[in-house]
Formats: sequence, structure tokens, C-alpha cells
Amino acid sequence: MVWNRKIAYINLSTRKIIRKPVPKTMRQLYLGGRGIDMYLLYNHVKPKIDPLSPENVLFIGAGLLGGIPCLGAGRCDVAAKSPVTGGVGDSNVGGFFGAELRFAGFDHLVVTGKSKKTVYIWVQDGEIEVRDAADLWGKDTVETQTAIRQNHGDEDIKSLVIGVAGENLVRFANVRTGMKNSGGRTGMGCVMGSKNLKAVAARGTMNLEFAKPEKLLDYCKEMNDMIISTRWARAQSRWGTMIIFSNTNTTGLIRTKNFQLNLLEDGQDLEPENIDRYSIGTAGCYGCVVHCRHRYVLKDGPYAPFFDEGPEYTSLGAFGTMVNVKKLETVLAANHLVNKYGLDTLETGGLIAWAMELYEKGIINDKMTGGLKLNWGNEEALFELIHQIAMREGFGNVLANGFRDAIAKIGKGSGYYAIQVKGMSNLHSDERPTPSFALGIATATRGSDHLRSRPAVDMYGLPEEFLQELYGGPVSSDYTSYDGKSRMIWWQERLYAVTDSIGICKFQTVFCAVHAPKWNEFSKLIQLATGMKFSKSQLMQIGERIYTLERMFNLREGFTRKDDKLPERYFKEPTPLGLPIAKGKKIDRKKFEIMLDEYYALHGWSKNGVPTKKALVKLGLDKEPTHMI
Amino acid sequence: MQKILFIDPEKCTGCRICETACSMHHEKVCNPARARIHIAKWETAGLYIPVVCLHCETPICETVCPVRAIKRNEKTGAVIIDYNLCVGCRLCVLYCPFAGAGIDPLTGKVLKCDLCDGDPVCVRFCEPKALQYVKATRANTMKMRKAAEKFSELMQKLLAP
Repeated sequence: MVWNRKIAYINLSTRKIIRKPVPKTMRQLYLGGRGIDMYLLYNHVKPKIDPLSPENVLFIGAGLLGGIPCLGAGRCDVAAKSPVTGGVGDSNVGGFFGAELRFAGFDHLVVTGKSKKTVYIWVQDGEIEVRDAADLWGKDTVETQTAIRQNHGDEDIKSLVIGVAGENLVRFANVRTGMKNSGGRTGMGCVMGSKNLKAVAARGTMNLEFAKPEKLLDYCKEMNDMIISTRWARAQSRWGTMIIFSNTNTTGLIRTKNFQLNLLEDGQDLEPENIDRYSIGTAGCYGCVVHCRHRYVLKDGPYAPFFDEGPEYTSLGAFGTMVNVKKLETVLAANHLVNKYGLDTLETGGLIAWAMELYEKGIINDKMTGGLKLNWGNEEALFELIHQIAMREGFGNVLANGFRDAIAKIGKGSGYYAIQVKGMSNLHSDERPTPSFALGIATATRGSDHLRSRPAVDMYGLPEEFLQELYGGPVSSDYTSYDGKSRMIWWQERLYAVTDSIGICKFQTVFCAVHAPKWNEFSKLIQLATGMKFSKSQLMQIGERIYTLERMFNLREGFTRKDDKLPERYFKEPTPLGLPIAKGKKIDRKKFEIMLDEYYALHGWSKNGVPTKKALVKLGLDKEPTHMI
Repeated sequence: MQKILFIDPEKCTGCRICETACSMHHEKVCNPARARIHIAKWETAGLYIPVVCLHCETPICETVCPVRAIKRNEKTGAVIIDYNLCVGCRLCVLYCPFAGAGIDPLTGKVLKCDLCDGDPVCVRFCEPKALQYVKATRANTMKMRKAAEKFSELMQKLLAP
């Protein structure tokens, strides 16, 4: 059955491999994907270890519904202790690898130890081998995948790989699969590099069996029709996540020149329509009808020629607004470069934008940058610095250790200008006009992060009766209000935790579209696929269990309420630009703290953000770690 | 008039829903390796081509089949294998120049599209409409319009001041 796929424990030090079925109890408590990965993380990673040591453990998990033909259900979760934050490391990646891993017979891989030589893991039809990767080491993320396919003589192999950045232990190196899909955040590529693990490659022809295959197939069609009927999905089908730029840059919700402005004037070239100049069509992940990325070709100009996919809205900020670059062509080229190196686009752009502001303020100078003129919009410096970060050369080597280390090294009040939480860079969104978003980035378990809880729905000004029904309590329909926003975050956290655990894409649930599939639809999908029954409230409780366990991991590593904070600038500097609703806004410290209190209370956590005994008992977490798998 | 399976690779987004849905419909399991359709990908060039039986007017598979197990269903237009007659020699797989017939990795039997009895599940699931099941005239006009569009772009360039 679909829930009975195996878990494999692979020790790279001893080369010992153990295979076991995933017990049904684990499915009932954590579903799969991120849920089971978080259980494994809490149980297998000993407290206070060095994330780059062989004691860290890498977890790769496919979602419980991975493989079904709807809602982008091929996603894969990668976890470990994060070298960026020191807390929960977790990244969810689309593409085709997650589904292929299942067809190869496995749902979860637990990679321990460290290999003496560089290796890759080869998974095929129930078998696992650790193979030599000497010929792959040094290759970029795309070359690596191509070489693996050539070595095995099979074009349909899917691999999760690291680039040179991961090899060089850049703290925010990512894991990548296909041309574009990235497990970008929290430095999972760095953990792979620290284990001398270049790739995990999968190819499978094994059946995934379902409880009610015919009904499931029909319901999958219903789900695809449901998501594509929403305006957001249709807009994303055409423009990708770039479409968000149109809204945020007009309103004034987009970080510009690091954090000095909140929209990019003369930024027309970054508008989504301009991707048509380069696009040859869109591309979808496994089982996805939304196909939110472009396949693009840059034919002319200084960076041409090359082919790549994307860019995400994220890259428009990372290599556009935040560094004051106004040319789409430059963004595409920078996107291509970080993709090849295997760097998190968001962390890379965030750090470079910060460095540019420090350079402008004279906190760093030419001597420190090795002569790099880090002026706003200096393309040459941008590309050189990306290269230096990946290769750990010159000033890039300072940034390659992430915000925490770089702030300590540079000193001179540089930390004030860093837009980061728990050591991880924020997206290029400006949350000062939107308290709900601000609470989300402050509390997210993996550092400043929009994908743990972002309630994009807050932006629509929907009727409060509707919001009350959706969120199960009073929520203000004004996105600049603080009222009820803690509830919104709490609800989205649980939804996203479940979404990541069943292997479905967040864009195909209530992220941008209100009428997208959620609890009841997930419940029916799970039942038709696995035969297991979960009510809406049971699924919500699973979400709560996963999120609380992540919280417990961070607390065990020493995080406290003090870490659920925003950069100081959010409280001190009002937004200078934008529509009247977004202009002159900053976060009210007192209201923010009240929101945080409410948020803890909803979770059943103490004033200090520690889960109470009662809350733990209710979730069955009071005896963790229980070492069931 | 009989309908035909019309493929437009330019519209394919490579999501492989057709493969999965095909295997679930025919084999009641999810397993793209057992699907009758496959998306051949050149990922690094962004090229996705659906590969499936084209239900030829003069099917080579029918010609080479030594036991005459392959026949056309006049209602749906599908070229179909009669598994009661099929001996599994795989000559159809060997000779089809379009890779329209394949081998089931689990059972060894020949896999070939049967147009799902006139309601192809891959077509039903293909959101970008890279796969369509339409009458021949409709297929013709779609091709013609596409060609005309290119011609029109060319004309606009020529006429531009």
C-alpha cells in the first residue's frame, strides 16, 4: 500500500544500509514528508551538535500522497539541523524527485555519518547503493544531473544534487533537482557537502497501490479543476510567481535597496509581462496543472546564451529590487548563476543587498571588499560577489557563513541593517504594512520565512464573516490591522505543515487562493489513497503536532521568546513610499508583543513560548523523543 | 467522423499527469513506467515531447503481428491489441518507428494506447491541451491556424515601417 513505503537508514561512515517499512502509527501521527522528517529530526539529531559535523543527520522524505496526478503531488522534504539558524533545517522541493523516490520504493532516507570519499546515493527499485562521486565533484547542479544520467544510461533518472557552493560548505547552499527546483532554505546543501554527499539519484518502476484507485483518479481530476478555476492559479499559469511583483511593487510591499525603500521606481522592466521576451513556454512540476515557471532562453547580451527556468518572484527581489537592479536580463542571468552554483537565491541576494547598504554607509570599504565597488545596481560587482560566495573567495568568504557570522566579523553596528530573523535572511517582502506577515516571519521555526505561515489571503480584504468561518475565529479584514492576525498565522502554520507532509504544493492550497483545496479535500484524498480516515480537526491536530515538535527542537537548541523577533528597523523606520495604505507604516512594538502573546496562547504555549505540559499531553508529545523509527 | 489523438508538443508543460493517470486507469496503480504514454524530456533544453501510439492508418504493428492480434476499433479509431491472441513476441514494439508500443516492466506484456474506449484519460487530464481527442477537421484547422499565426507575424514584420 501507498503508506507502507520503506524508510532506509544509510550510514555513510560505515556504509551500512538498513531498510524498514514505515509503521502505520507514524502515518497516523505525522502523515509523511515534512511531518515524519520533523519526527526523525527531533529523535535522531542529538542536542547542540555542530550542524557540519558527521553527527548531523540528513532526512529526505516524500509526501504521503506523492505520485498522485493532482495538486503538484511530487514534492519532497529535506531536513537536518540547519547550518544557517542552528535550529530546524527544513526545505521543501518540487519537481520530480519526490515521486521518483517513491517509485524506487522509498519514502524516507536517513543519512548519517560522513563519507571519507565523495559519493552519491543511488536508489533503484528497492535497492540502495553508495557510489563513488569523484567524477561528479566540482560539477554544477545541472552538469551533475546530466552526468548521473549518462553514467547510468537513463534519461529519466531524477536526482537531488548540490553544486559547488555545497561542496565548499557555503552555509546557505541549497539542494536542487531539475533545471529550477530548489530546496533553497536553511542550508541543506551545506549539510550534504559536509557529508561528502554530492547527490541522491532515484529511478523506479514500482507500483504505488491505492485503497480506491478509480475513485481517487476521478477525485484528482476534480481537485485539478478546483485549483485551476481560481484566478490566482490561472494568473500563475501564465506568469509564474512573477505576477506577485505587479501587486507588491505598486502597493509598496517590496524591499528595495536592502530595506531603504519599499518599491522600485522605474522598475517596469521587472514586470511579469516582460518574461515573454525570453520565454519558450511554461513548465510544471510532477502532477501540476498550474505550471508556474517559465522555460526561458537568453539569446543576446553580455550574459547570453543560456537556457534556464524561472525566475521566481524571489529572484526579482534578490537580484532586482534589493540590490537596485532594474533590468530583467540581469535578474535572469544572476538567477542562472546561483542555480548553477547551488546557492539559495534569497539568502544570497539578502546578504549582497545588506553588504551594499554597509558599503554605502561606510561600514565596509574597498579594503574589506577587496576592491569590489558594492554600489547599488553595480551588476559587475553583483556577479563577482555571487561567484566569490560560492567559491569562498575574498569578501564572499565573509558572507558565505551567513548573517550571524558576517555580523560578528564586520561589527560596527552592521547587524542593525541586516534583515534577518534567527540568522536567516528575509524574503524581499516588506512586512511593515502587514502585521500578519510580520508575525509570521518572527515566529517561523526555520528563521525569517514566508513559507511556514504566510496568509496571503490577508491582502484581499475579504468580508469578516467569511474570514471568521475560514479561520475559526474573529479576524480583521484590514491587512494593516493586528486584530485576529495571530489566529490567521496559527491556522496557516497547521495547513502548511500538513500540505508539506502529504507532498502537495502550497500554491494548490489556501496560499493565494481562498477556494483552493484544504482540510476536507486533503482528508478525502488521503482516504481514497490510503484508506486511512482523518477528520478536519484530526488533520489540524497533526499540523499542530508537527509545528510544536519543530518548536521543541528549537527550544532544545536554546531558542527562546527573544528569538521570535523582527529586525529593529521594522519598529523604527516607517515605509517611505507606496500607496496611502502602505506608506508611513512601521510595526508597533506593543501591539506586536500582544500579537505574539495571543499566538503563543492559541498554540497552548507559555508566555515564553514554551509548550505547556497540557498541550504536549494533548498532542502526545510529552514523552518525546520516543524513537519509534 | 472518427476522432484522432492530436498532440501539440509546444503546449506540453512536462507535468506527467498523463503518464500517472494512464497507469491508474489501466493498471489501477500509480506507476508511470507502466503507462501507455510517456513524456520524453530534454530537460536542459526545455523540450518535452509526448510519445504515444499514433494509431496509424496503415499500422506497422498490425502488419508485423504474426498472430493478427492487432486490429482497429472502427468506433474510436484506436489500433488495439487483442490480448487473447497476443503471444507477447514484441514485434510491434520492435517495428513501431514512433515507440507507440512498449513493454510492461512488471508483467512483460505489451503496453499500447487503446484510447480508453473513446474517452482518453490522458486527454481528460491534460490541462494545457497538449493532448486532444478531436475530429480530423478540427485537428487540421488547429494546425492551419498555428501556421497562419506564424505567417501573420512574418507579415507584420515585413509591413512594419
